[in-house]
Amino acid sequence: MNDFKGQTLSWQVVNGAIELALHRDPCNEIGSLTLDELENFAAALPGLANEAHALIVHSTLKAGFSAGADLRELFQRGQGMEKGAALRGVREFLERIHSVMNALDAAPLTTIAAVHGVTFGGGFELALVCDIIIADRMARFCFPELRLGLIPGFGGIPRLKRDLGNAVVRDLLLTGRSFNVMKAQQIGLVSQIAAEGEALRVARATASQVGKFDRRTAAAAKEFVKPIPYEELKREIDIFCDLYSRPAVEEGLRKFVENEGVQPYLP
Amino acid sequence: MPATDHTLDQILDLAATHFKVPREKLSADDDFFKTLGIDSLQALDLLTRLEHHFSIELPDYELQGVSDFRTLANRIQARL
Repeated sequence: MNDFKGQTLSWQVVNGAIELALHRDPCNEIGSLTLDELENFAAALPGLANEAHALIVHSTLKAGFSAGADLRELFQRGQGMEKGAALRGVREFLERIHSVMNALDAAPLTTIAAVHGVTFGGGFELALVCDIIIADRMARFCFPELRLGLIPGFGGIPRLKRDLGNAVVRDLLLTGRSFNVMKAQQIGLVSQIAAEGEALRVARATASQVGKFDRRTAAAAKEFVKPIPYEELKREIDIFCDLYSRPAVEEGLRKFVENEGVQPYLP
Repeated sequence: MPATDHTLDQILDLAATHFKVPREKLSADDDFFKTLGIDSLQALDLLTRLEHHFSIELPDYELQGVSDFRTLANRIQARL
């Protein structure tokens, strides 16, 4: 399936690069439907990889790359359901999305996240599975999960630990603050900064460059420098589920979902 | 002009330009959410533009409960 147009995302192969476009309003919140379509993409990826040397993940929405997990769905999942069943549902969701993230992380082609605007939580984690992050000047990154009494659940902590210094990870995680591209580049997260609206163009130019190299060599180099932290990823799911089962988390999610004020994204 | 007033002027200029609001309609004690008609995501956009303009890093938790330009200018001034 070389081309696909879904409700939350679409993909096509353009000049030897797979372009995976996110387009679920309002800001690519990742819930069950997005997960279903990400699984379809992961299943199609081995076939697509035969025809492409790179993957670009980007968003077509003005608000940003992705605001992260669909917290409304996460909250509603726990309503009217026995606690054990709700927790099993959350664990199953996490295991499924980890499976997709791990497949993207280990994909035998060069992967590029072209991000702009809000790149928060699960959206940040999706960018982190990519080999290279190219950010629009107005991109903003954040792990806000601790505000809800949770930790990032889509593989964010192990991948940040793999890619950045532990002190940086503690700062981002424990303060829950958002930060801009200058900071992101300074800490080694973002490799290139593009002007407003130019991240996809810069990503395409980068994809064209990586396409000049022998595919097998590039895949071997990637596998050598980018190990998948499987054990820590499993541990992350356990910790998330331990934390999720507390009443404080339900209250935090309720507060977010029911907040009609102008500042839900501010800490 | 005191430093904070100069900072405040720059904030008002930037907000007026970016959100296409007449500069003369903005004043220091305005609630910028109301005056600019912005939500929290657009407030983050404003924060990012201000960080770039002043070449500073202003953690968003310092903006918790801040909604007027004068207090925003004070927060920025403390980082210059």
